[in-house]
Amino acid sequence: PRHRGSRFQVSAALQEGRVSPTELCQRCLSLIRSTRFLNAYITVAEETALKQAEESEKRYGRGQPLGVLDGIPIAVKDNFNTAGIETTCASNMLKGYISPYNATVVQKLLDQGAVLLGKTNLDEFAMGSGSTDGAFGPVRNPWSYSRQYKEKSVPKSHSEDKESDWVITGGSSGGSAAAVSSFTCFAALGSDTGGSTRNPAAHCGVVGLKPTYGLISRHGLVPLVNSMDVPGILTRCVDDAAIVLGSLAGHDPKDSTTIQDDFKPFELPSLTDVSKLSIGIPKEYHAPGLSSEILSLWSKAADLFKNAGAKVIEVSLPHTRYSIVCYHVLCTAEVASNMARFDGLEYGHRSDMNQSTESMYAATRREGFNDVVRGRILSGNYFLLKQNYEDYFIKAQKVRRLIADDFVKVFGSGVHVLLTPTTLSDAVPYKEFIKEDNRTRSTQDDILTQAANMAGLPAINVPTALSERGLPVGLQFIGRSFQEKQLLTVAKWFEKQVKFPMIQLEEVKRHDHGIFQHQKSASFS
Amino acid sequence: HRVTVDVLDRLEQLALVDFRDAEGVQRLQKAIQFADQLHEVNTDGVEPMDSVLEDRCLYLREDDVTEGNCTKELLRNAREKVEEYFVAPPGNIPLPKLEERETFLQGS
Repeated sequence: PRHRGSRFQVSAALQEGRVSPTELCQRCLSLIRSTRFLNAYITVAEETALKQAEESEKRYGRGQPLGVLDGIPIAVKDNFNTAGIETTCASNMLKGYISPYNATVVQKLLDQGAVLLGKTNLDEFAMGSGSTDGAFGPVRNPWSYSRQYKEKSVPKSHSEDKESDWVITGGSSGGSAAAVSSFTCFAALGSDTGGSTRNPAAHCGVVGLKPTYGLISRHGLVPLVNSMDVPGILTRCVDDAAIVLGSLAGHDPKDSTTIQDDFKPFELPSLTDVSKLSIGIPKEYHAPGLSSEILSLWSKAADLFKNAGAKVIEVSLPHTRYSIVCYHVLCTAEVASNMARFDGLEYGHRSDMNQSTESMYAATRREGFNDVVRGRILSGNYFLLKQNYEDYFIKAQKVRRLIADDFVKVFGSGVHVLLTPTTLSDAVPYKEFIKEDNRTRSTQDDILTQAANMAGLPAINVPTALSERGLPVGLQFIGRSFQEKQLLTVAKWFEKQVKFPMIQLEEVKRHDHGIFQHQKSASFS
Repeated sequence: HRVTVDVLDRLEQLALVDFRDAEGVQRLQKAIQFADQLHEVNTDGVEPMDSVLEDRCLYLREDDVTEGNCTKELLRNAREKVEEYFVAPPGNIPLPKLEERETFLQGS
């Protein structure tokens, strides 16, 4: 059975010349081509990626790599600005929009020598929990094509297209999750406002980290909810996430909501003694609709910690059930404000309507936004009306404080890390998912992830086991503010215990000319 | 409480986004209903929270120009422009009234 492997494997391979950056880049590009049916990428920046790989190769040739990320192929969610590369947010509103600048996080990765393969698919403007509602179509979960899933599928009649059984990636960073899960890149950036990095990470069997609000710059990330958005990190193992975090975190003068404390990148210790650890199990996360399978895994995980000597206690976050409602109001209100910038004048889609500024704006927005976006804008504006402001917006802000305080109390009582499920079930088939509308789905799916955004806390999905249907299920750890090292250390320990299986994909095997052959090379750390 | 056509009209003008059909209006109704659950929570004496970083001082840069001169790059993304200007249709013309607009609400 393949295992996560030791550290710095692909980086070591690059360093030792066992594989060159251009070779690595070519293989990833080739794999992207043969997994196009996943629709994980909106834009593949082949030329620039190869150029970056060549530069990296020169640096390795001189013995001067920029760091552990030099030459490592990465992908970026298409709601981050990337200079010279189209940034669409999966919306007609930004089709053809070429960013004039790099988001800070993108710039940081490039400065470290990472190779940007392309922009990944998402729900339009990151609104959604399926990565199904974008202008470029839905993203398919790579696990739909895994041997593990196919083995468990009930064989259908010949006439039924096997294609139609595919399951969703979750969202909204589904493209990034799929890209990492299918080995087309070693790490990807997502964003997380209500769970958009952790949810698809869980469904795609990858690590999804939501950092503390204020740790990583949002400059260049197209904003959804300014007080909750964070860039998210998707990787195949926890160590990789720590490395990427290390290269991204820290104050950015261009984002005044980044804290000014010094951030020191860290290496994760391999925890052997968990006896001093206190794990909290919030009872309210036993939410209605939680599958018995996941409930059982959650329980097993708690036992794992207990048996290893950790203190595992049940805790209460009493306002959990209002988190989704609170989010709904605050999110739509901020969206109403943030989407106001799309008027067709300076960038993006512009309608032919020319009678007046107002009518041009209205027509542009009617043509450019999908129903989901428009719906949230209208709801948000409703809650912000003078007659409603106090009753809805201010009220929600008060409830937000109660939710944040719940966590403060629990962490204040000595709990180090909370353990919860990430999603209510494993990934559902696309056909089933689209039966419900986006808002209903988001409401249901965000229930377990959303509160961490309310409180600004760091949280991470760790792939745990396969479901009865052969699909990934993950569990979530929520940590204390700015205590990513502690959070990731616990996550890494857990990851080591559960030994989540590697996806068995035909396409990957075919490309497996030794690069991905050993699981060790599947991660870069 | 059902939302009146007046309010719907006002929202279309404020948002510059229209309710395309009955479903759009329904969606708002449901959103309001959903949000009403907030009123179950007792928030007496609780201060609204703007940001989780409220206990910290926001970073403010020095008021010095450090970058700019990127007129060309910025204009590149605009569809209608003349020299160094973004071109807009005539302003100060309010959206047509409900009766005169092409909106689903007209039928309401």
